[in-house]
Amino acid sequence: MSEIQKQQAPRKQVNIIRNIVLLGIVLGVLLPMLPQLIWSITHRWYFPDLIPSEWSARSWEYIVNPNTRVIRAFLNSLVIASAVTVIGIVIGVPAGKALGMYKFKLKWLVELIILAPAIVPSLAATMGIQVIFIRIGLADTMLGVILVHLIPTLPYMIVTLSGVFANYDPEFEEQARSLGANRAKTFFLITLPAVFPGIVTGSMFAFLISWGQYILTILVGGGRIITLPILLFSFTGSGDNSIASALSIVFVLPAIIILIVTSKFLSGKSSGMGGFGSI
Amino acid sequence: MKKFSILIMLAPALAVIILLFLGGLLLGLLQSVNYMPIIGLNDFSLNAYASIFSDSQFLGSLALTLGISIVTTLLTIVFSIVTALALRQTFLGKRLVNFLYQFPITIPHLVIAIGIMLLYSQSGFFSRIATNLGFISTQSEFPILVYDDLGIGIVLVYLWKQIPFVGLIVLSILQSSGNDFEELAHSLGANKWQTFRHVLLPLIIPGILPASIICFAFVFGSYEVPFLLGKPYPAVLSVLAYRLYEDTDLSARPEAMAIAVFIAVFVSILVLVYKKVIKNVSGRAD
Repeated sequence: MSEIQKQQAPRKQVNIIRNIVLLGIVLGVLLPMLPQLIWSITHRWYFPDLIPSEWSARSWEYIVNPNTRVIRAFLNSLVIASAVTVIGIVIGVPAGKALGMYKFKLKWLVELIILAPAIVPSLAATMGIQVIFIRIGLADTMLGVILVHLIPTLPYMIVTLSGVFANYDPEFEEQARSLGANRAKTFFLITLPAVFPGIVTGSMFAFLISWGQYILTILVGGGRIITLPILLFSFTGSGDNSIASALSIVFVLPAIIILIVTSKFLSGKSSGMGGFGSI
Repeated sequence: MKKFSILIMLAPALAVIILLFLGGLLLGLLQSVNYMPIIGLNDFSLNAYASIFSDSQFLGSLALTLGISIVTTLLTIVFSIVTALALRQTFLGKRLVNFLYQFPITIPHLVIAIGIMLLYSQSGFFSRIATNLGFISTQSEFPILVYDDLGIGIVLVYLWKQIPFVGLIVLSILQSSGNDFEELAHSLGANKWQTFRHVLLPLIIPGILPASIICFAFVFGSYEVPFLLGKPYPAVLSVLAYRLYEDTDLSARPEAMAIAVFIAVFVSILVLVYKKVIKNVSGRAD
């Protein structure tokens, strides 16, 4: 074997391992999403058939039927997740700016308090606060559900934004002001575009955390506030794979849309992911 | 003035988290020790804690929850590094694979839990393939991977979600460190494994520890996936806590609260210990 071939042999081996890993990624990601596509258009699929014996649009008809709870649940989920996201932005942008750009006394404590719900599971807090929610009439209401969804979402929003603000240069704002721009104009033309990737990433986290929430919704909503995860749980529990599958496709759509819109913000230098290194 | 405006900027966020989260935790704690006069609990007692810690069902749940959390976290670390190393190279279809790799971050756990169930359960797709290929003759011969004793199905769902989350952080560490260290190591005669072990790994591990702690904490406390894919007995701690909370017998309430508080305290202590260790290690390095 010549010297060059000797060097290339291990490289080839490395390439094979790499290709196996890549194939694993592709199959690993795709496989658990495929069965729902088939099951959702299946009427009967007996064991051990590899292909369903009867196809049907029953589950999709069920989903678009205005007399079922699906549309209602979809709208509830949408309203709750949107409200959580908007409130998250309104609360998170100033907090992210304060944490990302300024040094102040007890900053470590503020960071600890804000990060805590991202790490410590919210179950105890939500079970604990429910007695108060019942007292003040927030139990079984949309507002109550929105409020508890803020607990696990705010930390992600704020950490993402503080990461972006940490790389933000306030000089630009001053320059804009000195060139005659007023506060509003400075904010919309200078500040907002600079932190926009962070807002997008943070909103994505907030929306999706709220969208996927089951236990907090059922605790506070008490089964009165029906969201998609709650329907999904009940159909999965009843063993109706077809409707559970169709529902899970509806449930996953916003996530896919959001991913396509925001994937360029997830990686790269302006990424919000970097902020998690600070925990 | 500046101090004041920083306070104003932080006030809404702090108010929400202190009132809802810390306040909720405190109320949970009070209910777990049976002391909350406004709802008629007046007799402070630690009975709930005494009873859960002597309950074999709780201890079984604790062991299962710890096992699932530890295994998931370790496998996540290994596979996130392996996949990130593969993804960092140049290859055909890199953009597509990268896009697929980011997919799980946005997909809700529930959807994948259902997918894993439809694939790996005894009547699932893999069981069907095994039957058709003649490896097994009835579905009960297929290994129990979902609703199993070890929580394999649960671990699979978490791995699916978490490997890319941690893997993207590994990728960003690899990208920002550049190739200089590796080339230097290589020129000094290090082979691929030595370069990985002594150059890349020391860069990667500290960078992904925080994310790994988040993963562990999340798995330790989350409800949805183990409820769908786990056995009813033993169930993970959060499932057990909610089951007791929903119990029509209200005397189970303090125990439910005690378990939920235990989850929160356990995770908090873990994070504090981690921070302490990190501080000591980095302090020595300086």
